[in-house]
Amino acid sequence: MVNLKIDDKNVVVPEGTTILDAAKQAGIDIPTLCFLKDINEVGDCRMCIVEVEGRRGFATSCIQKVEEGMVVHTHTPNVLEARHTILDLIISNHSKDCLTCTRSGNCELQDLAIKFNVLDIDYKGERTEHKIDDKSPSIVRDFNKCILCRRCVATCKNVQNIGAIDCIERGFESCISTTYDHSLNDVNCTFCGQCIESCPTGALHEKENINDVWAKLKDPDTYVVVQTAPSVRVALGEEFGMEIGTNVTGRMVSALKALGFDKVFDTNTGADFTIMEEATEFVKRFKENDNLPMTTSCCPGWVRFAEMEYQENLAHLSSCKSPHQMFGAIIKTYYAEKNNIDPKKIYVVSVMPCIAKKYERQREEMKENGLWDVDAVITTRELARMIKQANIEFNKLEDETFDNPMGEATGAAAIFGVTGGVMEAALRTAYELITGEELKKLEFEDVRGAKGIKKASVKIGDKEIKVAVAHGLGNARKVMEDIKNGIADYSFVEVMACPGGCIMGGGQPIKNSKTRMTVDVAGKRAKAMYSIDERSVIRKSHENPIMKQIYKEYIGNPGEHKAHELLHTHYTPMEEYRI
Amino acid sequence: MKTIEELEKIRVEKRAELDLRKNTNADTREKHILVCNGTGCTSSKSPKILENFKRIIKEKGIENVRVIKTGCFGLCAKGPIVIIRPDDTFYAMVKPEDCEEIINSHIIEGKVVERLLCKDIDGTKVTRLDDLTFYKKQKRIALKNCGVINPEEIDEYIAFDGYKALAKVLTEMSKDEVIDVIDKSGLRGRGGAGFPTGKKWKLTKDAKGDKKYVVCNADEGDPGAFMDRSILEGDPHAVLEAMEIAGYAIGAEKGYIYVRAEYPIAVHRLQIAIDEARDYGILGENIFGTGFNFDIEIRLGAGAFVCGEETALLESIEGRRGQPRVKPPYPATSGLWGCPTLINNVETYANIAQIILNGSEWYSSIGTETSKGTKVFALGGNVNNVGLVEVPMGTTLREIVFDIGGGIPNGREFKAAQTGGPSGGCIPKEHLDTPIDYESLKEIGSMMGSGGLIVMDDTKCMVCLAKFYLEFTVSESCGKCTPCRIGTKRMLEILEKLCSGEGTEYDIYRLEKLAVNIKKASICGLGQSAPNPVISTLKYFREEFRQHAIEKECKTMECKALAKIEIDPDKCKACGLCQRNCPVNAIEGEGRDIRHINQDKCIKCTTCIRSCPFHAIG
Repeated sequence: MVNLKIDDKNVVVPEGTTILDAAKQAGIDIPTLCFLKDINEVGDCRMCIVEVEGRRGFATSCIQKVEEGMVVHTHTPNVLEARHTILDLIISNHSKDCLTCTRSGNCELQDLAIKFNVLDIDYKGERTEHKIDDKSPSIVRDFNKCILCRRCVATCKNVQNIGAIDCIERGFESCISTTYDHSLNDVNCTFCGQCIESCPTGALHEKENINDVWAKLKDPDTYVVVQTAPSVRVALGEEFGMEIGTNVTGRMVSALKALGFDKVFDTNTGADFTIMEEATEFVKRFKENDNLPMTTSCCPGWVRFAEMEYQENLAHLSSCKSPHQMFGAIIKTYYAEKNNIDPKKIYVVSVMPCIAKKYERQREEMKENGLWDVDAVITTRELARMIKQANIEFNKLEDETFDNPMGEATGAAAIFGVTGGVMEAALRTAYELITGEELKKLEFEDVRGAKGIKKASVKIGDKEIKVAVAHGLGNARKVMEDIKNGIADYSFVEVMACPGGCIMGGGQPIKNSKTRMTVDVAGKRAKAMYSIDERSVIRKSHENPIMKQIYKEYIGNPGEHKAHELLHTHYTPMEEYRI
Repeated sequence: MKTIEELEKIRVEKRAELDLRKNTNADTREKHILVCNGTGCTSSKSPKILENFKRIIKEKGIENVRVIKTGCFGLCAKGPIVIIRPDDTFYAMVKPEDCEEIINSHIIEGKVVERLLCKDIDGTKVTRLDDLTFYKKQKRIALKNCGVINPEEIDEYIAFDGYKALAKVLTEMSKDEVIDVIDKSGLRGRGGAGFPTGKKWKLTKDAKGDKKYVVCNADEGDPGAFMDRSILEGDPHAVLEAMEIAGYAIGAEKGYIYVRAEYPIAVHRLQIAIDEARDYGILGENIFGTGFNFDIEIRLGAGAFVCGEETALLESIEGRRGQPRVKPPYPATSGLWGCPTLINNVETYANIAQIILNGSEWYSSIGTETSKGTKVFALGGNVNNVGLVEVPMGTTLREIVFDIGGGIPNGREFKAAQTGGPSGGCIPKEHLDTPIDYESLKEIGSMMGSGGLIVMDDTKCMVCLAKFYLEFTVSESCGKCTPCRIGTKRMLEILEKLCSGEGTEYDIYRLEKLAVNIKKASICGLGQSAPNPVISTLKYFREEFRQHAIEKECKTMECKALAKIEIDPDKCKACGLCQRNCPVNAIEGEGRDIRHINQDKCIKCTTCIRSCPFHAIG
């Protein structure tokens, strides 16, 4: 243990603790901006500087470790003046259009400006100007708001192991860019959106589709159907000041109805279809030893990653579409026929925790009879913005339930959004499909939790099935390398591009650095999802009655002709992105 | 070759052969024509001179004359330089077509070519190098072999005690003894900050780690500085030998020389030296049969100034963008790939072998109380003898500028000298007699830096000077930390405002405040020292800043927007010359009228000032 003094408080912390952490433990707040715990600890912004007695210049509290007998002062007049000057400098090269910025109210730079009472900028001068990159369907880069904290770079490189972006140019001209300054659309970006989650300002955000949706809601001739992904309901409340991990399903449905959607359906129903198809596919491939291990395919960031970097291994991916795409296809065929609605007039909106879904929905193969399965994807954040735009007082809403018949879903589908959830849901169904016996214990604890790659062995009948779960593309890469090198000793793999799964997706409410440092956001959201499962009456996908009915009435058997037409897809190697 | 005995044999034989290089009384009929092939002389066609000498000698069948390619002699302003040994004749500004005459007259007839002799400060022609004032006050340790040996021949280096120190260290000294000698010598880092070298070696030796590295920082980047380049070009083996000694002392087997790609000659000669040393078994495994292994690789820098900062240099060697790391940890404990790493500058290394051979007492007897030995300066700017000088620490600025440098050209006044490049500061007239060492320079607001020394006369505007250095820093900032990335840009903008006449007194206040905060809050040495040129000019020339801001005047007229050109009516003889030369017809008056300048039309081109025969315009 190390003894030190911070602002006259005696502090005892373990060796290797940073000054910032030690101060936090002593209840002393030091402002940070570029710091993102465990991801970006580089000391670039200089906001966290403190004075250490006997040391020349300032110490960088976010990186520098405590030393025995150290005497630290976190807010001397010198430190405060330097911090104020630094903040002044950062803002002097920032676009400052806060009123029209998507991050207004949730911006770490704005928070600091308020805290430091920045009323005027002393060092006005030239500003670096950049063209906004909005070419991709998912993500917008506006580097006029970039403060070069490099949290996005570190996330992309260190967490996701992609490295689509890095710093180019030097000095004042420095900026974050891509290979040859191409659009993110044209480089190895997977659209996972984790960079958005880590950006302290509005320099990175989703490509907004709110106005497309408003336009359709206004049009009386369009039948606007909305479906919401499993993870949205456990995070949306945060945008209205609620605790992290609050389940707001009922209020979310009320809000969607209040917004004027003709039908409010649950993507969880689509997830049950996915499990039905995926489990069937797995059982078949397992029996035939066909391209094992089979990996899940419900995550479009992961699919894009595989198409770019593992072209030779695409046969390992399940051919299943993702839940909202399956569900969109069913709405525009079965539901349209059944309710006598012209599918051309149906407009399917998916509310997703993800920005890659925006890209996924416009992939050429995601069409049925020339119609898109899904017409617009908005994120959890965009939905919150729509609710605010409509002046709906979310916190005061009464709970409502999803519209029937497509709002009925199982507990297995509910956990789709958390890492290990798809695997768990698939195993529940695969077990009963293979053995024909009832599964007694539904929880597969081994595939739950925050560990990057989880492996488990499941006994199904007389067979031992080895499975793996990877979340975060850095971990996905490790698994793919095993598969590529023929050393993967498992048969079924769940992959989610975002660390934590969809609950931590690139379209979810953004948590600032301080919150990420102190709260287990993923754990809280995951807990909420598991409790939905626990409270569900039906907890196995293959027992979903509406799904069974649709198979019977319309699709036929899982994995057969019609199912393939509607619910399956294919993959194309993206040669030009080969690294 | 692997044994020390064989090395000694080469030394004895070669030394006898090269005796005439250092001994003007050498009893020999042989002559060596030394042609400087440093970068400066090379750009003035010295390789052609070398070629011509060789060709003519061959054509004429002259015997006992050898033509040698050497590194820099130092007096670059007078290049290309040719020296003939043993008589020590110094020929300046030689052209390729002069070779014939030198051979015919000097070599064949024994008559010195008067017209190619160098003029000393007092105007007299000097024949011998040692008689030039430029060389008289110098003491050469780091530059000992520069201009004496052929840097591309390892035997010539060996002849002048090369690799003798390495042999001594490997066979007679323990690691601690080596470090002790360096420590007691008082040698401090020549890269700028002056950290005690022995202490650095000890810290690296004591650091925990299975693998350690020795790095040579040859990323010399200060504008106007070329000390390290000249050492690498003139005596590359001295650096290799020192790195090996360091490797032995700290327990490393691998060394990297990080040198900028803009130094092609240095890189070329270093590579030759490394190859030769490997051939001789002086680099590689089991050196001199002692079991000590050491090898060196060159890493080329792409020319970013910040890569001279030790941690940015390490990042660059590791293959990443050249950006500094936050210190601590220092490279001594966590450097290349996280291993303890010793980083010294070229000039620091160039002293090592001499210290080992001559002892710490010898070295510490040179210099001042806290700064031992000599320092190489690249003398430039408004000074007669532009070039490379090596002087004992404690030599005054006046001696360097006025004795060695030969004073200010064109009869102008000394205004200030700038040391330490963009990280340093300027020294005004009142401090000319300050003995130069690390502490005294710091005390007067400048720093030793790597050794750039730029002299400025009274035509130089100090606000412009500060602006010049800020321009440099702004374009060389790596962009990593906020104060340096945006702060230096804002400082430059304020200076530009002052120079264009739009500045106010508040701008000076803002400038100063920003300077202080950038200094304190930046990550690395580059940012922490970037404001120094502003701080030191403000310290000594605040009045000049005030004139720019308040009186809207730049007395030196360097700031065109603030220059006020006027005709002194007392001196004007109404000759009309200025009027005829003015490109914009801004000068009014006819016949016998005293002329005056219409300020609205004047573009401050200063043509009139230069054309006035009576010095009436200013």
